[in-house]
Amino acid sequence: MFSPVILITAILNGLLTGAVYALVALGLTLIYGVLHIINFAHGALLSAALFAAFFAFHLLGLDPYLAALLLAPIFFGLGYAIQRLIISPASHGDDRNMLLVTLGLSVVIENALLYAFRADTRTIDLPYAFQTIDLGFTFLPIPRLIGFCVVFAVALVLWAIMRRTDVGKAIRAVAKEKLGAQLAGIEVSHVYAVTFGLGTACVAIAACLLIPTFYVNPSVGEAFVLIAFTIVVLGGMGSVPGALVGGLVIGVVESLSGLFLGESLGQIGIFLIFIAVLLVRPTGLFGARA
Amino acid sequence: MRGLLPIAVVVAALAAVPLVVQSNTTLNFLVVTLLIALAGQGWNILGGYGGQYSFGHAAFFGTGAYVTAILQVRYGVNAWLAFGAGIVIGAAVGGIIGALTFRARLRGSYFALVSLAFAEVLRIVASVAPITGAGVGTLVKLDLRVEALQFQSRAAFFWVVLALVAISLLVAQRLERSRFGTWLIAVRENEDAAKALGVNATQVKLCAMMISAAITAAAGCFYTQYFLFVDSGIAFGTRMSIEALLTPIIGGAGTVFGPLLGALVVQAVGEGAKLVAGDAPGLSLIVYGCILILVIAFAPRGLIGLVETSRRRVARPAKREAAHG
Repeated sequence: MFSPVILITAILNGLLTGAVYALVALGLTLIYGVLHIINFAHGALLSAALFAAFFAFHLLGLDPYLAALLLAPIFFGLGYAIQRLIISPASHGDDRNMLLVTLGLSVVIENALLYAFRADTRTIDLPYAFQTIDLGFTFLPIPRLIGFCVVFAVALVLWAIMRRTDVGKAIRAVAKEKLGAQLAGIEVSHVYAVTFGLGTACVAIAACLLIPTFYVNPSVGEAFVLIAFTIVVLGGMGSVPGALVGGLVIGVVESLSGLFLGESLGQIGIFLIFIAVLLVRPTGLFGARA
Repeated sequence: MRGLLPIAVVVAALAAVPLVVQSNTTLNFLVVTLLIALAGQGWNILGGYGGQYSFGHAAFFGTGAYVTAILQVRYGVNAWLAFGAGIVIGAAVGGIIGALTFRARLRGSYFALVSLAFAEVLRIVASVAPITGAGVGTLVKLDLRVEALQFQSRAAFFWVVLALVAISLLVAQRLERSRFGTWLIAVRENEDAAKALGVNATQVKLCAMMISAAITAAAGCFYTQYFLFVDSGIAFGTRMSIEALLTPIIGGAGTVFGPLLGALVVQAVGEGAKLVAGDAPGLSLIVYGCILILVIAFAPRGLIGLVETSRRRVARPAKREAAHG
């Protein structure tokens, strides 16, 4: 079989990739936890953010890690506007309609990108993209290590926002008891839009972490969104720690099944976990509400 | 009998079209429209009447398409038999997915997600398995004989797909008037209440899923016979899942004619967009996505619902006047 060094390397790589998956899933689970909708446009927004990071580097010469500071607020605003101006008025508060509206949005965004930039796959060249750290028995790519650390920093910031600020309190109140929050004077539609904005900002940061070692094309987000759904379901819908742990687990699963089954079948491992979790334990490992 | 007359009129009117129109482009457009209407009618049975929104109906479309192709190409089965087998196996796949998901009590967004995941698993398997021709796809040999279910003229293909659509309209119409249909609608409106009244919700949904899968699989079988080629992206790709749900929602989910009307509108607008902006990748889907959002925003019951509402608005003042007079 495989030597322990290869296995450990695969696991470490899986953890590094999984952290970025976790960040995408964090945005999704946040939106689900408060609005109780599955945001099908999440993947398309990730594609859009990857293109934004790509052009920030190409046209403005902006380093992706700096671009994150710029793109996060821009995508926060974009997410806020999408929820406030499109999803909320179009869906009339009906769950099934929200599902369809986000699906419609994802179709529009993804194909608008396809229309504008064609199906070409693009990458950026960074001087440090292939630098590695020598651990003695294996090497780890530096950009992905940075990504790993940033993800946990973002999670910490999110946690602080939720626990320590008035907005966070309002979000938690709405998530728990919408009507009660409304009676207490919280503007629910504003809170919804802020949450959607935060989720979208997570996607923008994830895109900036991905772009140094990854590629971008109009449908790249689709692959991520199914993985993100899997993570969210695995960790329990709406659970933030669940998304983090789920992301790491899925990263390792993908890495190992890629090692054992080959690249194209590696993805199947993820979907099978997804279906199995949904069928056997739809509340996820962390047992949040169904 | 009352509901049968409109179906007969619509089908007869459509059947007369090839007698008047000779243009191959127009007929091709109509064949594709009816194909999508058929796939959409399948979605409509489960999604429109049963309220279970599937985001992965491509699973059934693709099963029908691949079974029809593989049985002919690899096992030398007659095309008509392969066509029938495609429908039956499509229904069986629907039964398996339905049994798994409905027993696990997946509803709403969870059901949408898991149906999408099943379609994706099938797509990945089809793109690597040798029996499906893996990445290359499967080509059916050109053999323009009626025995091979291939025709010289497009008109004949048109009548075949029209016959399938007619059957699907009858199925929807029968469903509306049957006890089973009432159960199904009760499950859509309030599953817990329906259960409390003694409706076996799981079984009703499972049945609806199998009928739904069979109809959408028939669309897949026809696709193979018409285009003589199928690959994993066409068969199990998200585009088909989206088109299958788009047409009934735009036309009017849970109505007999909704999918047909929706398919006509969607295809016409898609072609119109091509004329205006040229045939660019992604363009038609941008338009579809916008229509979907607009319809949900302004006509939540689809175009048929829109017509009914405006008709009532016209009718009501007239009644009031009559009462005064």
